[in-house]
Amino acid sequence: MIDPILEELQRNSRSTPEELAKLFHLDAAEITAKIQGWEADGTILGYHAVIDPERAGHTGVTAFIEVKLTPEREGGFDRIARRISKFSQVTSCYLMSGGYDLVVVVEDVNLRAVAQFIAEKLSTLEGVLSTSTHFQLKVYKESRFTIQGESHSGRLPVVP
Amino acid sequence: MNNLASKVSRQLQQIPKSGIRDFFELVQGREDVISLGVGEPDFSAPWHIREAAIYCLESGNTAYTSNLGLLALREEISTYVQRYFGPSYDPKTEILVTVGVSEALDLAFRALLNPGDEVIYHEPCYVSYSPSIVMAYGKPVTVHTRLEDNFALRASDVAAAITERTRVIVLNFPTNPTGAIEPVDELEKIAKLAVEHDLIVITDEIYSELIYDDTDAAKVPSHTSIVSFPGMRERTILLHGFSKAYAMTGFRLGYSCAPNILTDAMMKVHQYSMLCASIIAQKAGIEALRNGAAEVENMRHEYALRRNLMLEGFARIGIPCFPPGGAFYLFPDISRFGLSSRDFAFRLLEQESVAVVPGTAFGVSGEGCVRACYATGRAELEEALVRIERFVKGLG
Ligand SMILES: Cc1ncc(COP(=O)(O)O)c(C=O)c1O
Repeated sequence: MIDPILEELQRNSRSTPEELAKLFHLDAAEITAKIQGWEADGTILGYHAVIDPERAGHTGVTAFIEVKLTPEREGGFDRIARRISKFSQVTSCYLMSGGYDLVVVVEDVNLRAVAQFIAEKLSTLEGVLSTSTHFQLKVYKESRFTIQGESHSGRLPVVP
Repeated sequence: MNNLASKVSRQLQQIPKSGIRDFFELVQGREDVISLGVGEPDFSAPWHIREAAIYCLESGNTAYTSNLGLLALREEISTYVQRYFGPSYDPKTEILVTVGVSEALDLAFRALLNPGDEVIYHEPCYVSYSPSIVMAYGKPVTVHTRLEDNFALRASDVAAAITERTRVIVLNFPTNPTGAIEPVDELEKIAKLAVEHDLIVITDEIYSELIYDDTDAAKVPSHTSIVSFPGMRERTILLHGFSKAYAMTGFRLGYSCAPNILTDAMMKVHQYSMLCASIIAQKAGIEALRNGAAEVENMRHEYALRRNLMLEGFARIGIPCFPPGGAFYLFPDISRFGLSSRDFAFRLLEQESVAVVPGTAFGVSGEGCVRACYATGRAELEEALVRIERFVKGLG
């Protein structure tokens, strides 16, 4: 099972060691040590804000690209998937079961830039058999946050 | 018509106005109040449960159900109750779906009591017990739990309250408002008393899932209900519902599990006074029991963390508070500040706009304490603690 402190950070990476200490009845120093350990061993890869792209005025495009690959004799899909992941436009990359092998999520400034990335970089890689690109039109939920929050439950302030 | 007050039944006139009511009105008129005065989850019901209710409406399921409730729901209840509490109940004859534990309590008292029959219950407690007993023409007999026992109930106190007229003992652990848990050995003694004196026990299990381990928030302690002791299934009415664990207070859904004869008696009242619980709520209840366990645990875990946060806060401020084993309330001891719990609560509201409920709203033995509900966002809890600290510093 995932450490509950890690789970807490996954939900809110801004929780401070002092806040976490109160929640888990631990020492802030202990928590700091744990977090540093996770950062050092790569359990925690990084931190970021989850934003609503529309409100933030984001004008770029996001594409989900299905990629079919030829697996290699040694290493299967790993080498080529890692190679694809290193492009800075690629924000996520997953090996999938089903009709294709990878989903590559690409963010770039406009359609042309994405098309160019696919034509010049992705499709030309040795081992890439085909790609199928889907552009994202609207975000409804991002990393567990629904874009339109719920109206508050309207609880009465005092109830027996 | 003249003198309408005299037209109100004498039985009802005996029942005093709710001690919480005037406080509620005071809070309602104010802005910027952080309320620790609530008695329900701050979460909305999990989406898959709400979605099941929507689906029920969409598919045109808008009719009455069987008086006992949908059989599919009673079957799920039977499975769940056996797994969580131990005893098995026949969904066809021993389970009754009600409009909350509130209705089930009323049904149980009306089904069991003859005028003047005595019902023992422990205070501080949920505000409806005593009035419900009176409305059923019973006589409420209070046993007080004590701060020094962390508000657990002493079997010896129960024994001392038993008379020839005693018919029923009402238990509620974890307790609203104290969060108290009953030690298993005391519970067993109470069970023995019930058997020995041939009493019925009504156990209000509404907070049973919301229980906490003191050191590990992720750990779910085990829960023991009085119904699991020898000789108890046949004399227990187990009441439970969806309000707290599933955050479904507004659905108004609960149930009773009891031997057939008692279920029949309660059913008699229910069929004429309520007919059945809302089908929408019942459909949602089926979904909750089938697929809701993970969400219940998520909420329980969040309450566990908030409980730690609040206990830590009260300790820092210097307000003694025992770590209650369940529900979502703390019942801190504010007696050292030289104010009654009512004055403490009113002045805290006045000066710092934080609402807590005076312990005395739940019975005289709540004097010296206030109920602080932590079913509220963490940021608000933190802010409430800051304000409470400022308030008590001002008291000197
Ligand atoms: C101890 C206790 N019993 C029963 C109830 C009522 O529950 P329901 O919503 O199921 O009617 C409450 C609600 O606050 C409670 O605290």
